[in-house]
Amino acid sequence: MTLDEVFGLYNYWVVICLMMTGFYIVIARKNMIKTVIGLNIFQTSVVLLYITMGKVTGGTAPIIPPEIAAAQNDHHGHVDEHVQHIEQTTEQLQHAHEAVSETVHEVASETAGHGAELSAELIYSNPLPSVLMLTAIVVGIATTALALALIVRIGEDYGTVEEDEIQSINRQERRNKRAS
Amino acid sequence: MIEFLQYHLPVLLIVIPMIAAPLAVLIGNRRVVQLLSLAVCWTTFGLALWMVAIVNSSGPVSYELGGWAPPYGIEYRVDQLNSFIIMFVSGLGAIVLTYSPHSLNAEIPQSQHYLFYPMYLLCMTGLMGICVTGDLFNVFVFLEISSLSTYALISLGKTRRAPLAAFQYLIMGTIGATFLLIGIGLLYQLTGTLNMADIALQLENQRQINDGQWTGSRTLLVAFAFLTVGLCIKMAVFPLHTWLPNSYAYAPSVVTAFVAATATKVSVYAFIRVVFGIFTPRFAFELLPLDTALWSFSLIGIFMASIAAIFQQDVKRRLAYSSIAQVGYMLLGISMANIDGLSAGIVHMFNHALIKGGLFMVVGCFVLRLGSVHLDDWKGAGRTMPWTSLAWVLGGLGLIGVPVTCGFISKWLLLTAALDNDLYPVAILMLISSLLAVIYVWQVVEVLYFAQPSEKAKKATEAPLLMLVTTYVVVGANIVFGVWTTYSAGLAAKAAKALLEGGSL
Repeated sequence: MTLDEVFGLYNYWVVICLMMTGFYIVIARKNMIKTVIGLNIFQTSVVLLYITMGKVTGGTAPIIPPEIAAAQNDHHGHVDEHVQHIEQTTEQLQHAHEAVSETVHEVASETAGHGAELSAELIYSNPLPSVLMLTAIVVGIATTALALALIVRIGEDYGTVEEDEIQSINRQERRNKRAS
Repeated sequence: MIEFLQYHLPVLLIVIPMIAAPLAVLIGNRRVVQLLSLAVCWTTFGLALWMVAIVNSSGPVSYELGGWAPPYGIEYRVDQLNSFIIMFVSGLGAIVLTYSPHSLNAEIPQSQHYLFYPMYLLCMTGLMGICVTGDLFNVFVFLEISSLSTYALISLGKTRRAPLAAFQYLIMGTIGATFLLIGIGLLYQLTGTLNMADIALQLENQRQINDGQWTGSRTLLVAFAFLTVGLCIKMAVFPLHTWLPNSYAYAPSVVTAFVAATATKVSVYAFIRVVFGIFTPRFAFELLPLDTALWSFSLIGIFMASIAAIFQQDVKRRLAYSSIAQVGYMLLGISMANIDGLSAGIVHMFNHALIKGGLFMVVGCFVLRLGSVHLDDWKGAGRTMPWTSLAWVLGGLGLIGVPVTCGFISKWLLLTAALDNDLYPVAILMLISSLLAVIYVWQVVEVLYFAQPSEKAKKATEAPLLMLVTTYVVVGANIVFGVWTTYSAGLAAKAAKALLEGGSL
């Protein structure tokens, strides 16, 4: 592995560091609140993993700038004319529908080509991973909220949120039961 | 109207319980909410039956969510396999809810009932969603919907151990789900799509471009590892099963009956879908030794859990350990990766849902009348609660796999599949493990019928009629499907054939 690879993939290193930190906290800590914090860090690292795969170097937010949108609207009428023309000429063809859709596709890509001239210097980031992560964040918040609610109840019932203390209370309880 | 319903059927299965859940919270009246939930559950079951009929007569159904065509839009796809699963999941959901009122009154404060039902409905939504969807990210979202509601349901248990068990399950479950999310992300990175069929297609295309070599094989391997380990946590496969005994033991009886009958099976379904539908058996079983790994872990799990079950005095915990063992049988069938083995695994999902659902319902009846799950308190209850005890015997016979019960069908199929594959040691170990099941079922039978009645058992009366009838419906189905196998083994064999021969479609 060259130095370039090591530094070029820095985003993944960050993800791995966070992921392992969170995972370790979840496994090693006996305090329930800390476990939940660890779980949060673990989940956040995954959010970062997704965001980093959607990012394109130099890419902007995937919103069509107004001037390109206007240009495409001009060409839209153009496309319709083409379609009408093609429809007339391909009536005799057996697979008329396929041909039309194919040709429309060609014309459309031609038109897109016009747009591409305008947007040649524009690169978009992939929006889908970010959108997915919105859902994952919501899921993460729900999990955290539920976990904290459970911890509140456990804290009220046991008087502690340390897992080892709770376990010794449970063991004591079982021993008392057996004795009686 | 009918056509409209039929067209939107796949999404209705999810949308109906999902909308009913917040509605139930808003209504807030215990009785109204109960009726609403019952109506919703039975409607969903009816729609699921209709779905099975449609799939059986005219093949797989594809539904484009919001009219966006796959692979860009989310596709709901129902075929032989998942129509079979949604049928028994919704069926058991409906019957357990019908069974529930008396048990709930005894175990959950009435003021909280209106919150129990929405959780139950949301759990149904999630389970049905996992089955119906053809989109991998959707699987994650629905898995979390069902898991989160399960955690909340478990924490409703009477003792202070219940929230603790729910918390431990939450930690394990969230790690599992996050593993799944990482796996999905890596697959998306490789293929640029989330539609399961499309992912399979892209992977195959990339492989062919590379002369049969799996491209990006490192990423693919890591994705595979994360997905399988994540799902194994959810399925409670042997070394990752630690969340299960406590959760089942401390949850309210109704919740245990529902979750034990459905949740792990749906995770097994997701596992089958991922391994056979996306990665293909060639990758999982020929390139990687998933089959060896699966059957060795399953067998160790079957033995460890069955032996642990024998030493449990808490009947719920005893059945919980038995559930871990039974998941082992399902995976054993899947690991053989041929039609016989796979259909044995699938049919065991169905049969075990019936058996374990039925047995936990029996436990619920005993808990209601005896107020305890401890074997000492169950002594001699066979005299005061004869019908409930008989239901335990019938369900127990199914769990052991005695002929004429459905447990026999799945064990027989599994055995023939193992022998066909020349896996003689596996077949022999399987038979020995069935003897362990005899022990842990018989111990309870002995306590019920042949022990001096305990104080609690002397005072006990027969369980309420509604609970008995619903329990007998499930236990009876156990025997019906042990004799008449067209709709269990037959559907499972078709599903297995479709999975192995037609790829994911």
